[in-house]
Amino acid sequence: MAAPDPHITVMDEQVALPRKNGELVFEAPWEARAFGLAVVLNEAGVYPWHDFSQGLAAETAALEQQGTSASYYERWLETLEKLAIARGLVSIEELDARTAEYAFRAHDEHED
Amino acid sequence: MSGDQHDSHQTGTESYAALRTKALESLLVEKGLITTDVIDIVVRAYEQDIGPLNGARVVARAWVDPAYKQRLLADGTSAIAELGFGGRQGVDMVVLENSPTVHNVVVCTLCSCYPWPVLGLPPSWYKSYAYRARVVREPRAVLREFGLELPASVEIRLWDSNSDIRYMVLPERPAGTEHLSEADLVPLVTRDAMIGVARVQAPAIPARR
Repeated sequence: MAAPDPHITVMDEQVALPRKNGELVFEAPWEARAFGLAVVLNEAGVYPWHDFSQGLAAETAALEQQGTSASYYERWLETLEKLAIARGLVSIEELDARTAEYAFRAHDEHED
Repeated sequence: MSGDQHDSHQTGTESYAALRTKALESLLVEKGLITTDVIDIVVRAYEQDIGPLNGARVVARAWVDPAYKQRLLADGTSAIAELGFGGRQGVDMVVLENSPTVHNVVVCTLCSCYPWPVLGLPPSWYKSYAYRARVVREPRAVLREFGLELPASVEIRLWDSNSDIRYMVLPERPAGTEHLSEADLVPLVTRDAMIGVARVQAPAIPARR
């Protein structure tokens, strides 16, 4: 892949990637996966980065209006999901089904 | 989404977001749209890219290479470009050397001008009105809040970044690091030291003997 894209590394303050001492901060492994997924789909030409950052800003604004909050990467994931569905990569049904499957399996693994 | 419950993850099970991410990834992999490897590569590249690391490389080089240091202080933009780091055209980089008697601190009193090609994105406090206003009025007090106590004999020089000139501090090489190589010095150099609100500390345990 090419070098990191400044469109991604330097976004508007409102949606800028969380950093600590300049470095990206991922609070949990899934956040890094979600980050990577969004970047890879952009590099694959599924959407221009502008569409993603706009979507993230819209998601943030919508939540604010509802008076609810979500973490940065929860909003990121929501944006990613909506774009992937809008571009016809996945359907909401298969995504829901697969999530439920994983949840069931995780439940199985942790309860004895 | 978990709404306004910040503590939405149940112990022992994965959060909804984690499951959802895994589901999306597995579907995209199945459809042949992505591979898991490429995600790993991308994440690693972004984790290592921007950030204060570029500036740390500049500082470490200047510590070990006196000729480079001279070029760096004479013409920051060109010397930084030698290492492959550059920013927008028309923005000059000026590097300020700290010494036992002079301590430089960088601020942008107007907004948040920052040498991002070498330091990445500015921390939120750098952009805060409190820092921008107070560091000019009472630099010693502000530095103390950062945990940096400077003797009264040390002169503090403040540098106001703007759209044409971006400043970066060349911190003093800490005592006890004479045996360290350039590569070993790089991780010692922090962002805060290159803004001038901290000093570079020698490693607690010497990396090599």
